[in-house]
Amino acid sequence: MKELTLYQKKRKWTLNFLVDKLFTVGLWIVSLLIVALIFWLLYRIISRGLPLLTFDFLIGIPDEVMEGGGIGPFLFNSFYILIISLIISLPIGIGSGIYLAEYAPDNRLTEVIRACVESLASVPSIVFGLFGYVLFVDVFQIGLTILGASVALSLLNLPVLTRVTEEALRSVPMDVREASYALGATKSKTIIKAVFPAALSAIVTGISLAACRAFGESAVILLAGGTGTSGEMWDFNLLSPGGNLPVYLWYVQSEALVPDAKEIAEKSAAVLVCIILLMSTLLRIPVWLRDFRLKR
Amino acid sequence: MNITIEKEKKTFSKDETVNMPKKEKKAVYETKQLNLWYGDNHALKNIDLDIYENEVTAIIGPSGCGKSTYIKTLNRMIELVPGVRTSGEISYRGRNIFDSDYRVEELRTKVGMVFQKPNPFPKSIYENVAYGPKIHGIRDKKILDQIVEKSLRGAAIWDEVKDRLHTNAYGLSGGQQQRLCIARCLAIEPDVILMDEPTSALDPISTLKVEELVQELKKNFSIIIVTHNMQQAARISDKTAFFLNGEVVEYSDTNKIFSNPSDKRTEDYITGRFG
Repeated sequence: MKELTLYQKKRKWTLNFLVDKLFTVGLWIVSLLIVALIFWLLYRIISRGLPLLTFDFLIGIPDEVMEGGGIGPFLFNSFYILIISLIISLPIGIGSGIYLAEYAPDNRLTEVIRACVESLASVPSIVFGLFGYVLFVDVFQIGLTILGASVALSLLNLPVLTRVTEEALRSVPMDVREASYALGATKSKTIIKAVFPAALSAIVTGISLAACRAFGESAVILLAGGTGTSGEMWDFNLLSPGGNLPVYLWYVQSEALVPDAKEIAEKSAAVLVCIILLMSTLLRIPVWLRDFRLKR
Repeated sequence: MNITIEKEKKTFSKDETVNMPKKEKKAVYETKQLNLWYGDNHALKNIDLDIYENEVTAIIGPSGCGKSTYIKTLNRMIELVPGVRTSGEISYRGRNIFDSDYRVEELRTKVGMVFQKPNPFPKSIYENVAYGPKIHGIRDKKILDQIVEKSLRGAAIWDEVKDRLHTNAYGLSGGQQQRLCIARCLAIEPDVILMDEPTSALDPISTLKVEELVQELKKNFSIIIVTHNMQQAARISDKTAFFLNGEVVEYSDTNKIFSNPSDKRTEDYITGRFG
């Protein structure tokens, strides 16, 4: 009966017990540290910038030498470039994600494509910026423009969107497809009506991550869009200079001559952070609504 | 119960023979010399089997005997498995389903399927049932409402879900989910319903409900049911086919199979000596 007693230790503080507790406590500490760090950063950025913020600052024209300039055109460019780049990258990114997940046969070629997409997703953004510069400034000779910035930004987003879509579709169980096929659905109907909606939540999360990253992107815009704007508000011309808010933030902080540069930088940072927080929340509302309706 | 909705008749019952008088039992499926391979694995060997309308045909046999493979061949779902080859012929209502001009979607609209594990879509109960009609082009909300109600009534689940049609189907119990899947299948007004071990994931009470439902459904549909539960086959089926190692060992009236099997292997299996 000696074997049995091996598993019947009465002591509470066994090594196993200690390791388990330490593991839990360790994870708690790490997550608390991260959360604290994030909140501290947010607090610092927002508390310095937000109280000084005025509506005039948001739509005002920046000034090179005088105090009191705004960020209007830069803010406008940020949204404009983001929207154009999403118009370019969403259909292509989601389309190729669907192809890779649902249509591509499992062979060498698709393996290579998948590896390429994966490594493209980890290429530093400045490289895409350089590519945009070469393409639009050297080859097409149209200079630093909103168009160039948008295209370069799309290239940055494409691999991420493709991967997110593919992963999301792959995680939908085979059951769903079988059920749809068994009802006489074609492959495209099955994907559009059954698989895609089932993966929608994950895809929207991916899109909002990509969109927020694109909104805050500076390196790509710096090289492909430049640091300036046309100086006018609501300038929809695609060939105007394409500087955006993050680039302006960098510019005023490091090179600007205006006396209130530091204040502008702080306010811009606060605006940037708030918009990104708002955007990631807003993009998820439709999915939340759908899930809420279902659970009711 | 007849769930045909007149406006939709043209869309769903292109096959005129469906509505012919049912005096004599007509063959729905005629299988001739069917062989099937998964790669090098010869899974079905020279199957000859005729299946008759408005009957419940049970397919029994030990695990790996090819019974699920066979039923999935009847609506060509088996083609989703990579590396499957077939030879021979299966005629559905007189037409070879392997013909290159037979659209597989057309076949599957007439031959519904209920799976082993309940597999509702991650949508509301209503959307689950309306899915089939919708993908076949029905958009009219009134007609959809009618189809959904009739299908749910047909699957004996209407009273349980009528107050929560727009809640998530995943909130239903396993047995309810399976009857929802049957309702979803009824919504496309099939001619044949294939059931692949539909009660193996269910508790005894849910199983009983599904079995009662099968008895009810056979008045309007031809049902082919794969089961590893011999009592179930004996309870609900009119004809039984015994599969073993990819071959049909015996196929006749259920009564005969269970009381007086003509093959020794059938007798051994149903008396529980192997399998």
